[in-house]
Amino acid sequence: MYADYVARRFGIMLLVIFLAVTINFVIPRLAPGDPIEAQLNQLIASGGGAAGDVQAMAASYRARFGLDQPLWHQYLAYWNSVLRFDLGFSLANYPERVSQAILAGLPWTLGLLGFATLVSFTLGTLLGGIVAWPRTPRFLRAAGSSLLVFSSIPYFLIGMILLYLFAIVWRVFPAGGGIPFGTTVGLNWSTVSGLAWHGTLPAISIVIAEIGAWALGMRGMLVSVLGEDYITLAEAKGLQNRRIFVWYGMRNAMLPQFTKLALTLGHIVSGAILVEVIFSYPGIGFRLYQAIQTNDYFVIQGIVLLLTISIAVAMFILDLIYPLIDPRIDGRGR
Amino acid sequence: MGSALSFEFGRLASNRALFAGLLVLLLVCVLALLGPLFVDDALARVGATMPRQPPSAQHWLGTDGQGRDMLTVMLLALPQTLKIGLVAGLISLSVGVALGLVSGFAGGWIDNIIRVGSDVMMTIPGIAILVLIAANVRVMTVGLMAVIVATLSWMVATRAIRAQTLSLRERGYIQVARLNGTKGLKLIFVEVLPNLLPFIAASFVITVSQAMLATIGLEALGLGPQNELTLGMTIYWAQFYGAVIRGMWWWWLPPILAISLIFIGLMMTSIGMDSFVNKRLGGRS
Repeated sequence: MYADYVARRFGIMLLVIFLAVTINFVIPRLAPGDPIEAQLNQLIASGGGAAGDVQAMAASYRARFGLDQPLWHQYLAYWNSVLRFDLGFSLANYPERVSQAILAGLPWTLGLLGFATLVSFTLGTLLGGIVAWPRTPRFLRAAGSSLLVFSSIPYFLIGMILLYLFAIVWRVFPAGGGIPFGTTVGLNWSTVSGLAWHGTLPAISIVIAEIGAWALGMRGMLVSVLGEDYITLAEAKGLQNRRIFVWYGMRNAMLPQFTKLALTLGHIVSGAILVEVIFSYPGIGFRLYQAIQTNDYFVIQGIVLLLTISIAVAMFILDLIYPLIDPRIDGRGR
Repeated sequence: MGSALSFEFGRLASNRALFAGLLVLLLVCVLALLGPLFVDDALARVGATMPRQPPSAQHWLGTDGQGRDMLTVMLLALPQTLKIGLVAGLISLSVGVALGLVSGFAGGWIDNIIRVGSDVMMTIPGIAILVLIAANVRVMTVGLMAVIVATLSWMVATRAIRAQTLSLRERGYIQVARLNGTKGLKLIFVEVLPNLLPFIAASFVITVSQAMLATIGLEALGLGPQNELTLGMTIYWAQFYGAVIRGMWWWWLPPILAISLIFIGLMMTSIGMDSFVNKRLGGRS
């Protein structure tokens, strides 16, 4: 059964990667006109870069994509370059390679996203449990429920309000960037504190917006778990409330939360892109925004491809882990 | 006794959520319908007034960095934003319901294809593909925006309707109708669809809210309709001209509040509907 399940999920991952690469190949070719020429003309019109650069770039692109060759040939060539992680050059920052731009932004995004997701997952799950637990004081439950409202608001809107309050009005945190200017990056205190100082506001805006979603899921699950016979038995046995809450209630209600993690991964990443934009945080999302601003087509394409593939792979890995922690999942239900 | 009481309370609370949510949405819609009648379009053009004015008696919400009256901008942007959400929601709901019904009824390889398709689409982060499409479209309009967003938000409705169709298919009255010789389209439209209505309504709310989330995200990245006023584009321009850093709260706060209000209304409606729909189902079986 597990083998079937793994095969199915693996197939879906391959299909997603195949589709992502294909869409990346097809969409620019559906647009009217020659994208490279249009982009380069725009670049010349805006006065950026010397004429020699532009010619060299155009030649390099034509050679790279073999635009004079038949379509299937171009398609195979595209696959070949994608597999070698060769995504072309940045138009705005020539001769920077797209792969370099992505690698430079990746650690920031992964760090911010990983940290914020971990915190919101933990806090949200706990909050949901507390709200659903019938012996929680009423005011605490009401306060917890009102937090759920934030889950419906896009992350970056909360980010803008936080930015205004904490960076402009009260000047507690910096208004942008990932680390104080001139910090020598290394394993030292100034790096860590600088990262934390700059990362706090973006992380908090993601956490505030996410907590509610986790809490909602957890509340629903815990309510149904608390109706199970084994909870009644535990109560009849005279076990302590806390023991029932943690070991009988929370532990069983938590498993579907991990499933939800995979389903919301795409949503979390999309939200984080805009949070990075608001705080000028030097990750992938901010780079994407800059690329859109400067019509830097190959950077846009590269980042989109990377996001899609990495989410597909991450979901596959999560899917592999679930049946191990929750034997009820065996692929039949999904 | 205690559980019966809390059940009644839960029902009341869920209806209250539905009621409050619908009320908020109604208010927003009324504002969107009537608002544009009371404003002068000219005030929403670049350079119509003195730029960067804080709220005053003359300009209730101040003016933005390019001299547009913010109140006028807000009232004109609101209906456009709702329009994108509703149109995108309707398109993806129709696609979702159609695919869900076909998938649930046909079964076999058709069902498999639709299921794998929606699984795959769920895995692809919508905004990534949207960015790619939007970056390739020369002139973005409100209508085109709705279509683009709709192509990537039909999966939730498809899954929900498919699951419900599968369970409805086995119900007694459907079997009876089948034995009586009701077939194909008549079976679907007369016997199945009316019973799916609560689920369709619930899916619609979720679909609209997803579509609006995607739209506003795209617009905030600068990929929205450049020549039309929407709430997301207002936020984009505020961000572009550094309104937050310059302390011009009257520029970015109104669109944020309007968007938040819409989303809170949608969420409360969705939560209310969810328990309503589930109660109905629980009561019947």
